[in-house]
Amino acid sequence: MSAPESDSSQPKAMRSTAEVRALLEAIPYCQFLGITVEDGSDGGIVSRMRFGEQIIGNAALPAIHGGAIGAFLETAAIVEVLRISPAGGALPKPVDLTIAYLRSARAVDTLARTIVTKHGRRVVNVRVEAWQDDPARPIATAQGHFLVARDDA
Amino acid sequence: MGAVSNSPEAPSLIDAVAERKELLIAYVPHAQALGFKVVDAKPGEAWLKVPFDAKLVGNPATGVIHGGVITTLLDNCAGVAVATALPELRSIATLDLRIDYMKPATPGLDVVGYTRCYKVTRHIAFVHGAAYHEDPDDPIATTAMTFMLGANKAPPGAAFGVNAR
Repeated sequence: MSAPESDSSQPKAMRSTAEVRALLEAIPYCQFLGITVEDGSDGGIVSRMRFGEQIIGNAALPAIHGGAIGAFLETAAIVEVLRISPAGGALPKPVDLTIAYLRSARAVDTLARTIVTKHGRRVVNVRVEAWQDDPARPIATAQGHFLVARDDA
Repeated sequence: MGAVSNSPEAPSLIDAVAERKELLIAYVPHAQALGFKVVDAKPGEAWLKVPFDAKLVGNPATGVIHGGVITTLLDNCAGVAVATALPELRSIATLDLRIDYMKPATPGLDVVGYTRCYKVTRHIAFVHGAAYHEDPDDPIATTAMTFMLGANKAPPGAAFGVNAR
């Protein structure tokens, strides 16, 4: 998955990975989950949830809690919306999210990328994909809508 | 299977934990790290609570907790509802989770999750639920989920501290 070409309805100004990282570092729950961002190989942004004992859901497997994966997918969507939004706006608000759990999330780091499917004036539609070792073997995907406040709206 | 299902009439998970309903989430490290509490559980129904904590905040400008906290509360709550709906211990795994956010949680307030497993087939369990502060009719979020039964190799009772040798 890669970032879509910017269209005319989309603001030109984008946040850098460092700027998005600074925003994430101010969010307590993202810090608790161990979520950070890095540059993707395709010029986009990749979210990472570092494995930690505090996100284990099933200690016998062991596997990461489905809720932590859901929170990570939601955060990865917010990260991408922030990246393509001009600085100064409020955080995007989740409206709905549908998560498909494809494989058990093992006790290692999890990565995620987001495609903005449609960037409307008020609502953004996103698709998120999360994987661990192999991007071709996703562990979970999500699709959802976020409310955004646009200065030009 | 162990003590639980060896008896002539195997007690359900809810009987196995009896009055110690906190055992239903005691062996889930993430639920413990988030401070989840079992409010109540009946066969096929569960109520969990997440006490407000500063570490749950998802928007530092407003103090509203992260949507992922609600997702996690409802996912775990639904897992308990499915487990208590089943006649025997089986491993369960979330297959699909849809969440709709109606309004932001109020900063400083605890959030209650309620889930009901309304249908179990051979391989799949179906759950509806909602998260709210005080009034179930004024939800913060609603959810619809499906769970896969017997989906992994984890000992079926391990997630609930029940020995199933």
